[in-house]
Amino acid sequence: MDIEFLVKVIGVYVATLCFAILINVPPRALNLGGLVGVASYLVYLTYNSIFGGYVGGNVFGAFTIGILGMLAARYKKMPIIVFNIPALVPLVPGGQAYEVMKYIATGNTHLAFVYLMQVAMIAGALAIGFLLAELAIQLFFHVTHLFKSFVS
Amino acid sequence: MFGKNQLDPDSRFRNYSDLVIKTCMLAGKIMIENGSEMTRVNDTIKRIARNAGMPNLKTYITITGIMISVNDNSETQITEIDKRAFDLRKITAVNDLSRRFAEHKTTLEQFYQELQHVSDLDTYFPYWMKILSAAILSGSIEVVFRGDYSVFFITCVIGMLGWIIFDYLNRIVKVEFINEFTAAISIGMLAMLARKLGLGSGVDNMIIGGVMPLVPGVQITNAVRDLMSGNLVSGPARAMEAIMGACALGFGVALALKWFG
Repeated sequence: MDIEFLVKVIGVYVATLCFAILINVPPRALNLGGLVGVASYLVYLTYNSIFGGYVGGNVFGAFTIGILGMLAARYKKMPIIVFNIPALVPLVPGGQAYEVMKYIATGNTHLAFVYLMQVAMIAGALAIGFLLAELAIQLFFHVTHLFKSFVS
Repeated sequence: MFGKNQLDPDSRFRNYSDLVIKTCMLAGKIMIENGSEMTRVNDTIKRIARNAGMPNLKTYITITGIMISVNDNSETQITEIDKRAFDLRKITAVNDLSRRFAEHKTTLEQFYQELQHVSDLDTYFPYWMKILSAAILSGSIEVVFRGDYSVFFITCVIGMLGWIIFDYLNRIVKVEFINEFTAAISIGMLAMLARKLGLGSGVDNMIIGGVMPLVPGVQITNAVRDLMSGNLVSGPARAMEAIMGACALGFGVALALKWFG
């Protein structure tokens, strides 16, 4: 395992934790929130190293956040939002958004537009990922409900 | 007919439904004020009403106000919501109280009493810890996004100062978005200054890290969640809020780059 990867994973955990502290997440949710963040970032990295591109990784990252956030919320009996919001921090397109601003400020509108499209695509990808997670959860409950009524 | 201290059954019922409406309204108000998404608020209010024995309570919830009516001749009530902050402790507290009420561990009166104290809840973490986490958040996000280890510490300092400015302005100024704007300008200027002083060369990396504690991540997530659940009133409103916040940050950084870059 190379050291750069390890540093990134630790960085994601610490960043998620720190953001959670800034929005006053209860202490008993901090560790689990950090782990959700790390897991989604690992999914994102894995997808990126296999397929590349910047959309698919974000879709699956957000999907992981949705599923794990729901599980964590059930386990800790807390609102889902407590786990979802900090975990999203490593996936937010902050770098690209900055490039948009930089190129607008320096007058290079063509490059600004290129990056703006990337920001929009990533934001959309995150939304789709959450949507898919919601779909998977509701489908799961529907199927288990059907199964239960079928058995009894 | 009726004794002086004896209420007629109709008004006693009205008092009870009044209390249900008040409780639902306060719970909803606290949740929206502190950044909960609308489906969650709706769900909580409906659940409280069902547990209080009023399953046909009707609500209309937007990001700036709540209307609640009980389905009989007692009146509808409206509350306004004019401040929005992000404090997940209060959302969790309302969630816990509602859960306790659902399990019949508290009465409605106690529930309402305790709800009134929720908005006085203090932060879990002392101020120095928040400053420290803003600093470490900036530094570690810079490493994750950009992988530039040489500017880690100076990014921490810049992010910390930016967050202190933002938080201070948030307390004294009652104008939205100007806090983000001012903090972003300061972050840009500090990054340029750091390069001038020879503390690091990657201005881009420093600014990206430094701005991170101010990025409207909560608003964006909520906007997406509201839109997904089909709330076409609050979803776009929240999205607008998030875009305004992001633009304020962006213009601040762009101005700093233009003036000093």
